[in-house]
Amino acid sequence: MNKALVKTAVSHLDPQTRVTHFDEVQCPYTIDEAILEANRCLECKHQPCVAGCPVEIDIPGFIREIKKENFENAYQIIRKDSLLPAVCGRVCPQENQCEKYCVRAIKGESVAIGRLERFVADHHYAHGPEETHKPILDKDAKIAIVGSGPAGLSCADTLLQLGYPVTIFEALHQPGGVLIYGIPEFRLPNRVVEQEIDDLKARGAEIKLNTLIGKTIYLEDLFAQNYEAIFLGTGAGLPRFLNVPGEHLNGVYSANEFLTRVNLMSAYQKEADTPIYRGQIVSVVGGGNVAMDAARSALRLGAKEVHLIYRRSLTELPARLEEVHHAQEEGIIFNLLTNPLNILGDDKGFVKAIELIKMELSEKDASGRRRPIPKAGSEFILETDVVIVAVGTTPNPIISQTSPTLEITDYGCILTKNEAGLTTYPNVYAGGDAVTGSATVIEAMGAGKQAALEIDRVLNS
Amino acid sequence: MYIIQDKKVLAKDIFWMQVFAPDVVKHAQAGQFVMLRVHELGERIPLTIADIDQKHKTIGILFQVVGKTTALLSELEVGEAILDFAGPLGEATKIAGLKNVIVVMGGIGTAIGYPLCRALQNQGTKITVIAGFKNAERMILHDELVEVAHEIIFTTDDGSYGEKGFVTQSLDQLLSKSDEYEHVFAVGPILMMKAVSEVTRTFAIPTTVSLNPIMVDGTGMCGGCRVKVGEETKFACVHGPDFDGHLVDFDLLHKRNQMYRDQETKDLLEVRGRQRE
Repeated sequence: MNKALVKTAVSHLDPQTRVTHFDEVQCPYTIDEAILEANRCLECKHQPCVAGCPVEIDIPGFIREIKKENFENAYQIIRKDSLLPAVCGRVCPQENQCEKYCVRAIKGESVAIGRLERFVADHHYAHGPEETHKPILDKDAKIAIVGSGPAGLSCADTLLQLGYPVTIFEALHQPGGVLIYGIPEFRLPNRVVEQEIDDLKARGAEIKLNTLIGKTIYLEDLFAQNYEAIFLGTGAGLPRFLNVPGEHLNGVYSANEFLTRVNLMSAYQKEADTPIYRGQIVSVVGGGNVAMDAARSALRLGAKEVHLIYRRSLTELPARLEEVHHAQEEGIIFNLLTNPLNILGDDKGFVKAIELIKMELSEKDASGRRRPIPKAGSEFILETDVVIVAVGTTPNPIISQTSPTLEITDYGCILTKNEAGLTTYPNVYAGGDAVTGSATVIEAMGAGKQAALEIDRVLNS
Repeated sequence: MYIIQDKKVLAKDIFWMQVFAPDVVKHAQAGQFVMLRVHELGERIPLTIADIDQKHKTIGILFQVVGKTTALLSELEVGEAILDFAGPLGEATKIAGLKNVIVVMGGIGTAIGYPLCRALQNQGTKITVIAGFKNAERMILHDELVEVAHEIIFTTDDGSYGEKGFVTQSLDQLLSKSDEYEHVFAVGPILMMKAVSEVTRTFAIPTTVSLNPIMVDGTGMCGGCRVKVGEETKFACVHGPDFDGHLVDFDLLHKRNQMYRDQETKDLLEVRGRQRE
């Protein structure tokens, strides 16, 4: 039993050198560190951590196997409930989920469940058996999954385990959704995502790329092709902008576009054809994980100065604390309580500066956060040559354009009628960001899993 | 596998390819586009659907070599495959109910104008075509256009074929003579679409233009293709590519399309250098 009040430390690449490349920032636990940390787990009978996990991983179970040095067993325990342990170990906000409910956190820090999950997954990919356990697909009903992000992959995995043949339709040329186009290499290497998707393919998932449901194939075509149920995990869609003058100037990117160019299209590599406009001074507007990803990517592309512009204070910043720390260590300049008014351009249509105003917090708004209001007369100009807007997205309109029976909410999200994600279109389910708006990887995975269980229940009743 | 089944050189640097893409063909309509990629580290580029052949399950693409990706694409031969080919994307051109229209096209815009004319022809619309080119050598799809149009006017900048001058002069003459035209479609270079929209505005004739902003995913995710239409920001990949020509901010689109011009020119010169070796 390790009685340390704090998590076993994990090493990180040095902030000064890591900003010159896209290598992963956080190092994995060594075997000794993992065992040491596993021994902090009390294996509580009531398992509060499991209840905090959207896919209900048997957390004390896998940690017990680490203590016994049965790392592959630990992986197999996680893999029963999650197909993306290497992903989730890296990008889940464990502090708001499993770790939040850890009994050790009452006095001191929680067990480092996330770091242990990553350790187990990485150990499996490095040392685990070559052969994948292939489920027997003995069910007749074929299921179509739309979108290969976390929601779709998780739904497919659960259905395969239940014996259903599944086909995943992906619009882009590479599967993985936001894990591939959105989250950058230094936080989640594409290789890690590819390994987990390869595992799903080895288990029998068929993936059709370059196929947009709602454009290439309509929902009714899928039913005509004898798919008996459809799960829509189409993710978040069009980026939101600020609605300030100058947003059409060259050098203004949505975070989605900027990150897609860098990650999916590999614009950070010299050999890649996709161009990216690299600024000397880059300003990122927003305060979520996406804003941190964009700011830190801009730094790695060679910016001399990267500013984060956020209208509330550090307390309200929605990004994970860990990401905020990493960004601060790397020298991102935080302009808090600051909001953009206007983006100024030169005569060729390129950004040259951004006009900002200082904000102060007033009473709490509907979201429970204190509402920022502008401070009169506090306007100032910040020179900048790139502006990246990371203030969220609105759902993708493509499927609902060609499927009038599929109702959407006032916010453009797909309307669901129950917890399992049943839509207004019979036998069509939906989950993840397409339903909830921007949320987390693990919540999307939870929704995919719930829908899969419901599809199985309905088909068997 | 998106295999190239036919390939023709229509003019210098202008190519026509017929690509086997059974999934894309099924719901494809005039006005839509595909996103394609030619190698693993390649760019995704949008190209208009120039032909829809349901029988052979092929999509026609017509393109001019303007950058690295189009240069590499032009090097592919019949029997070879295009790596990625996704579509049909965007909204189809709205033509239902139109009886008498003018389709103005310029240069490579013919790639959109021609399938549009075919779709109009299928519903029995009377079509007047004004097709403008730099000169006789740059002219493409001459016979095809003659076949679909009830009336046709060719213009060239230097007078080497048809009338000497710009499409807008011919358009102005047509609209001055007759008020029977219900709608004008304009497809081609940004400045040409802008000029056409200015002419039709004075005659108060509804005008549809097809825009070609820079895109990355083409599926409603990145927002790179945003255009200003009236007071609204629209995304060409999901709300377009067709918009009301009287509302589009063409100058802004023109500037946005210059964003990577230096890089594009450098990349194209590299490919050209390799081709000469």
